Amino acid sequence: MATIFIDNAPRQANPKQNLLHACLSLGYDLPYFCWHPALGSVGACRQCAVKQFRDERDTAGKLVMACMTPAGEGTRISITDVEAAAFRAAVIQGLMQNHPHDCPVCDEGGECHLQDMTVMTGHRSRAYSFGKRTFRNQYLGPLVNHEMNRCIQCQRCVRFYRNYAGGHDLNAFRLRDNVYYGRHEDGILESEFSGNLVEICPTGVFTDATLKRHYTRKWDLQMAPSICVHCGLGCNTTAGERYGALRRVVNRYNHEVNGYFLCDRGRFGYEFVESSLRIRHPLFNGKAAIKREALERFGSILSEGNAIGIGSPRASLEANFALRTLVGSDRFFAGVLDEDLQLLSPMLRILREGPARSASLDDVEHSDAVFVLGEDVINIAPVMALRLRQSVRQAPMRIAAGLHIPEWLDDAVREAVQDAKGPFFIASPYATKLDDIATTTHRAAPDDLARLGFAVAHAIDDTAPKVTGLSPEWDTMIAAISAALLGAQRPLIVSGASCRSRSVIEAAAQIAWALRKAGRPANLSFTTPECNSFGLSLMEPRALSEAFQSIQNEPTSTLIVLENDLFRRAPASEMTAQLRGVQHLVVLDHLVNATTEAAELVLPAGTFAESDGTLVNSEGRAQRFFQALDHSADVQESWRWLREGSVAAGLNNEAQWQSLDDLITAMAAEIPAFRAIPAVAPSRSAVGKIAREPNRYSGRTAMFANISVHEPKPVDDPDSALAFSMESGPEAAPSSLIPFFWAPGWNSIQAVNKFQGEVGGPLRSGDPGVRLIEPSQESGWQYFTAIPPQFKAQPGEWLLVPIFHIFGSEELSRHAQGIAQLLPRPYVALNPVEASLLGAKAGEQIKVVVEGALFELEVALRADLPRGVAGLPTGLPPLDGVMLPAFCKLAPTGAELSARGAS
Amino acid sequence: MLSLVRSLWEVFRHAFARRVTVQYPEQKAYLSPRYRGRIVLTRDPDGGERCVACNLCAVACPVDCISLQATEDEHGRRYPEFFRINFSRCIFCGYCEEACPTYAIQLTPDTEMGEYKRENLVYEKADLMIDGPGKYPDYNFWRVAGVAIGGKDKGQAENELVPIDTHSLMP
Ligand code: SF4
Ligand code: SF4
Ligand code: SF4
Ligand code: SF4
Ligand code: FES
Repeated sequence: MATIFIDNAPRQANPKQNLLHACLSLGYDLPYFCWHPALGSVGACRQCAVKQFRDERDTAGKLVMACMTPAGEGTRISITDVEAAAFRAAVIQGLMQNHPHDCPVCDEGGECHLQDMTVMTGHRSRAYSFGKRTFRNQYLGPLVNHEMNRCIQCQRCVRFYRNYAGGHDLNAFRLRDNVYYGRHEDGILESEFSGNLVEICPTGVFTDATLKRHYTRKWDLQMAPSICVHCGLGCNTTAGERYGALRRVVNRYNHEVNGYFLCDRGRFGYEFVESSLRIRHPLFNGKAAIKREALERFGSILSEGNAIGIGSPRASLEANFALRTLVGSDRFFAGVLDEDLQLLSPMLRILREGPARSASLDDVEHSDAVFVLGEDVINIAPVMALRLRQSVRQAPMRIAAGLHIPEWLDDAVREAVQDAKGPFFIASPYATKLDDIATTTHRAAPDDLARLGFAVAHAIDDTAPKVTGLSPEWDTMIAAISAALLGAQRPLIVSGASCRSRSVIEAAAQIAWALRKAGRPANLSFTTPECNSFGLSLMEPRALSEAFQSIQNEPTSTLIVLENDLFRRAPASEMTAQLRGVQHLVVLDHLVNATTEAAELVLPAGTFAESDGTLVNSEGRAQRFFQALDHSADVQESWRWLREGSVAAGLNNEAQWQSLDDLITAMAAEIPAFRAIPAVAPSRSAVGKIAREPNRYSGRTAMFANISVHEPKPVDDPDSALAFSMESGPEAAPSSLIPFFWAPGWNSIQAVNKFQGEVGGPLRSGDPGVRLIEPSQESGWQYFTAIPPQFKAQPGEWLLVPIFHIFGSEELSRHAQGIAQLLPRPYVALNPVEASLLGAKAGEQIKVVVEGALFELEVALRADLPRGVAGLPTGLPPLDGVMLPAFCKLAPTGAELSARGAS
Repeated sequence: MLSLVRSLWEVFRHAFARRVTVQYPEQKAYLSPRYRGRIVLTRDPDGGERCVACNLCAVACPVDCISLQATEDEHGRRYPEFFRINFSRCIFCGYCEEACPTYAIQLTPDTEMGEYKRENLVYEKADLMIDGPGKYPDYNFWRVAGVAIGGKDKGQAENELVPIDTHSLMP
């Protein structure tokens, strides 16, 4: 720490940082635009001017940009200096010279960094009397809106989009006072992270197009801390409600997890909550019922006994635990196929019994050598891909450090580093959007990927089993990967369940373990398919196939399915056959799907926005989400339905689990893996009330006046310290319960500065979440020895691998109105060489026979697919029940090909 | 004794003094145009709906008795989908009028709003909307704002230059 003097007061600052960063960390209000903690400084906006003095005798001083000046020992500056303040006011005046008179109709209004900074500098009215320059807007797709007149040329958008997120189709055009930020022509933004423009742009140029359809000011939203449910990473979000509907999701800073950014699936997927497929009332044999009837029915079904339960990787721990308690742990089954459970359990075992630690996303970003094995990270765990993209900057940072360029001096660092990138290797079945940063890429079928992984592990540590029969052209690649990983200070191996190959997972672990054995602090990161995949597997449910067996054995059984569309997990015909033996099928879910349609009784479950619960992400971090909506009478948390059902059936007394905290306490006592769960967030009584509504929440006495002129009493929340009102207790909210970021004078999301100990660092009371998985300290682990044989393509047969799409492969976000416009059409991807052998051209229909089902699909050519391998988009109806990878047969539409195969 | 006589005299004299009591409701009192009474939503000089659904009146209202929802027409003109004032809560402070950037919401010198049922004091947009511009006959927000709406393209607002041609090669 260095001592710096701000307006003659000695303060402690981090000398590795710049003055703007230091001043903001110390709580000073200093206006800025172009600087961002994740993007560094470029000194473009000149807004952060302060007066710097040589020593205590210097009274003249000179104006410097705080963001471009290091906070070195003994630095003396003044923020309040008259000249500095006048300079900052003049800069705003210049920026506002062309600014449109838009605030009342601008979606940024009320959370606009430009508004905040204008007020902070005291600028009031436009003195320039000549015309304003104007621009035309562009259509940028269904997610992000463009209103170019509002731009202040701070450059944050292009710096984020191009330099940080690796996008290509947004740029700055022209010069002088008419610089234009947009695409070369109208069109949908290509980046998976385009939604971050909404937050990174300090003005209303880029705004949330989905919010615009039901626009609400930030001050009018009832907000709660939430967790993204659209992938396994568990990014922290803030969900906002108005008039009983979910209005938007924004990023909630968590230093260890998502930092400042979300992916577009996470930001815009929320619209599924308001989709027309929502189940808002209980359904009994397809007919709407009221809650009391449904509970009576549920109670009588349960009292017949013989109930078994199928849990869910997308439901909270609490909901799964309630089901497990209701049916008994020996009658609680995994809501994923055995094949998938046999991937999740080994991943957990590897992370708990092996020596390599599961990496947080912050660790991912700070890794200096990465090997991705088998994953299309950007489409499976998008924010991890964004973090990985930064990791290739870690090693070259040493070049900048050698030239004494501080890390935050962004342009200078990029100039010094040029195109140098840290070691980053990708081995996957098909090309991914991270390939542009990769040192080398390698395409192969899953088994060959595993072989490559095992070979790298052997090259690192020759006590690891050797892979025989490798083709010699692999040797240089294996040597390069192992040397780079060994040479790194923080190597990382990324893999996961998406190849659906246990060997790939074991190979990834093997590499990390070999590195550990060689004394390198290697981390391991597995992606998980759903938001609570790890949580479900930590409960150690029985295999799904055993559930179906027990249905066959006990023909009078009741099956309770928790938030799970079983028909997405297996072919419909197979699932229908399995469910035929069930006497009563009870389904708890929030969207209509094939499983709810097959059910006798459907209980409307609350989505993430209407319930509280805990999810375990792919790092093994348990995180809690809280309800933003006080749901309608008929919709409630799954665990409440299950509790009330058991009470109605007389299986339990009324006193059981009055609140979420009771349930969590019971769960922590029962399941050893969840002992730490109560620490994820404070219990309801542990802290004072925390308002979900901002101080300026409006319309309280009018919003329901059309229904009743007597204002309703605020709804009580029995489950958390968050209140459905504007009234808070005196203390600040603990970090896991921060409903929104706001501070006096800081209405925009940049208010998060005021919640961090050091800007860009952890939240003041610690980052939310508790890690449930830690590596074993013992050295008893053993290398895996089962190395798969080489993949050999059989003539007339192709290995179909799953191809992931950020929009489409995930179950819930596909039903969001904005995202629904971006879904790909089902297709089959073929290597052009093989397509020409088949005589198939791009765009033509072709017959695909897989697992006894016949599809006619459009051909898409992908030169990156290895020979003998074809790709199928996963999760897209009608292909969502197809179990991949699987061997398939292909034939032109005219040819004879039955579901049994080619004749 | 003397004071008694004086009081009698005063009473007698007042019997002939000028009356100040107004015979309301037969007779109406004069209220200035700026008096703070019943609230209206006005129209801009072109007859269009003035309110742009910015929510500033609602947030300024100390008793939170205004609630509305923004929406847009197909040309980008924003207006309230619904606009509700609960006059049973309104304290006629006029903050809403002061906050309004478009002069849409105005208080009028009408105070005759007595009702037997509180429900009748909940005014919806149709009850609030009047046909004219109220106290501010000239102002039209859309003529000043930078967003394009039907009938006003980019660069056509007051004091605006023609839109930059981003494809032009001239500097
Ligand atoms: S960007 Fe900010 S200052 Fe500009 S019109 Fe929008 S809200 Fe107002
Ligand atoms: S569009 Fe926004 S982020 Fe980009 S330069 Fe303009 S104001 Fe800055
Ligand atoms: S006059 Fe005052 S109390 Fe009444 S609506 Fe306006 S701001 Fe609210
Ligand atoms: S302040 Fe004026 S323009 Fe804004 S919502 Fe209220 S009435 Fe409409
Ligand atoms: S923030 Fe320092 S110059 Fe822009």
